[in-house]
Amino acid sequence: MTSDTSASLSISVTELTKTYGKVFALNRVSIDVKAGEFLTLLGPSGSGKTTLLMAIAGFNRPDSGRICFGHEDVTVLPPHKRGVGMVFQNYALFPHMSVFENVAFPLKLRKIPADEKHQRVTEALQTVQLSDFAERGIDQLSGGQRQRVALARAFVFGPKILLMDEPLSALDKKLREEMQIELKQLHRQLGVTTVYVTHDQREALTMSDRIAIIDHGELAQIGTPREIYNAPANHFVASFIGESSFFPLTKNKSGTLHYAGVSVGKVPNRAMHENWTLVIRPERLSLHATKTSKNTDKIYFSGKITELVYQGETVIVMMIMEDGHNLTARMNTRAGNDVDSLRVRQNLLVGIDKQDVIIIPGEAS
Amino acid sequence: MTSSPAPHREDALNATKLRVAERRQSLMVLALTLPAIIAVCLVIVIPVGWLFSLSFLDSSGDLSLVNYEKMIAYKSYLRVFKTTFNVSFLTTFLCIVIGYPLAYFLSQIPRKYVGLFMLTVLLPFWTSLLVRTYAWLVMLQRNGLINNFAIDLGIWEVPVKLAHNLNGTLIGMVHIMLPFLVLPLYAAMRRIDRHALQAAANLGATPVQAFWQIFVPLSLPGVVAGSLIVFVLCLGFYVTPAVLGGGKVILVSMQITAILEDQFNWGAASALGVVLLVSTFAVLLLASRFLKLDSVMFGRR
Repeated sequence: MTSDTSASLSISVTELTKTYGKVFALNRVSIDVKAGEFLTLLGPSGSGKTTLLMAIAGFNRPDSGRICFGHEDVTVLPPHKRGVGMVFQNYALFPHMSVFENVAFPLKLRKIPADEKHQRVTEALQTVQLSDFAERGIDQLSGGQRQRVALARAFVFGPKILLMDEPLSALDKKLREEMQIELKQLHRQLGVTTVYVTHDQREALTMSDRIAIIDHGELAQIGTPREIYNAPANHFVASFIGESSFFPLTKNKSGTLHYAGVSVGKVPNRAMHENWTLVIRPERLSLHATKTSKNTDKIYFSGKITELVYQGETVIVMMIMEDGHNLTARMNTRAGNDVDSLRVRQNLLVGIDKQDVIIIPGEAS
Repeated sequence: MTSSPAPHREDALNATKLRVAERRQSLMVLALTLPAIIAVCLVIVIPVGWLFSLSFLDSSGDLSLVNYEKMIAYKSYLRVFKTTFNVSFLTTFLCIVIGYPLAYFLSQIPRKYVGLFMLTVLLPFWTSLLVRTYAWLVMLQRNGLINNFAIDLGIWEVPVKLAHNLNGTLIGMVHIMLPFLVLPLYAAMRRIDRHALQAAANLGATPVQAFWQIFVPLSLPGVVAGSLIVFVLCLGFYVTPAVLGGGKVILVSMQITAILEDQFNWGAASALGVVLLVSTFAVLLLASRFLKLDSVMFGRR
């Protein structure tokens, strides 16, 4: 197994378009995946993320656009000549073969000599911690084990690109979280360019070098998990990644933006838009009975508690602001945080640091 | 758990009451199935048993093995059994050869068109067996449609013997048996995960390799199930070979009719029936061995 990044290839998708009837599954999507990168395609179901992955694998033919692996144009190359590894959502293991035979299948097709084949399958099974299961049948494995077989089969032949279509969605939560870390470690070990499809935003944040958010067949935003969480490009991204409250902003002549009479910041440079929205992440808030006037970096809004939800590590405080907009705050339950003293219908001030303020173009809906 | 459970103790809360309820429920189930069990006994078990016992009586009504001894003594019986198995085997084989591509085609087209193409299989299936058999006779006989067309077109000059022999029998039987193979095979092929074939392609298999190494092995249970139905049905088939065989292809079922009509010998006819039944069971037993082999392949339990 090689961890040399030159053993991986970049992927370049240019203006890819695919329609089903009159619906755009992909609308002029361009994405560049760097060699060795772990990129996640994130989006709700029906957003086109799987269509894009299947186009990269060669299983559906786009209407227009170009796909390159490295410098090679593979747009019209049939799937069996692309040499990419893929983990399918339902694993797609071969039920008439043992674990060993499944993993050996791509090597058999490549006419690898028996000794080397045996060694490489054994190594791959070791990597996914299934050494003792080589002779088992597929239906004797648990969901997590099948997942590992599918993974071993996808990388055993040393592909330079690895594709995964929601590979963890069939697993229960605890196993899924373990596998996320394992996949991340495996990616680091193999150094192979990986494109990963999921609809689970937390999974995307956990695993990715970069996330590409797909919405209605279009690329909504691409960036590192931190960029996407801290600076969502639009309303869709802000609401899809993490929880958010949205407030409409008014702009005065000097270009300052206000909510409820409080100045929250200036119009950003991309100032073509007329309407602006304030995005507030629930964990960035603090609750106060009165204004602590000393801190000028903090801004305050007043509201009333409508509901309190205890969730163990945090308490969700749902509030209604004076103008009727809803706000959600998430407070840690550590001692001295005073969350136990909160009561429904209590009037409060919510404070937020100016640097935690997110402003996006468009109207709050 | 702090208190150890005691599931079988009489004095546990409501234990007796619950056990009585359980027993009453199983009695109810038995009572409900009883009429069906009685009906099956009256209609199947008793007549077959009676037939079975008849085969062990000679013409004067005494217990003897004369019917079976005759079967061993006369070579013609052996020949009839040989022909029967031969015809059944050939029919099954031809059904697989013709039915497999058909079922494959049906399994690959979009579901909304399946009904239409399935009609081509099912429409003849719903037509009377006798009508279809005589229709084949019209087509295949010496001055039938096929011979006339072929001679008119100059494909062959002298009429080819298509009916009243093994050819005719096989053509008719394959046509009639085809749905029994195609339907289970189609169902089995539809169950094959399309992603498994995509995975094969992704791993480097050409379409031909994916077909032979993934699709065909996964469709084998359907082939076995379908061929078994066809083979067993062929073993006792009467109408088509009788009409299209023209007396040259004698199967067990025809031999039984002959014995009953000519000699009115119920004992001998029953004995033939019993041997056919036993050999059918033997085939099923062998096949179940094979099927178990399949489940070993797939289940490894």
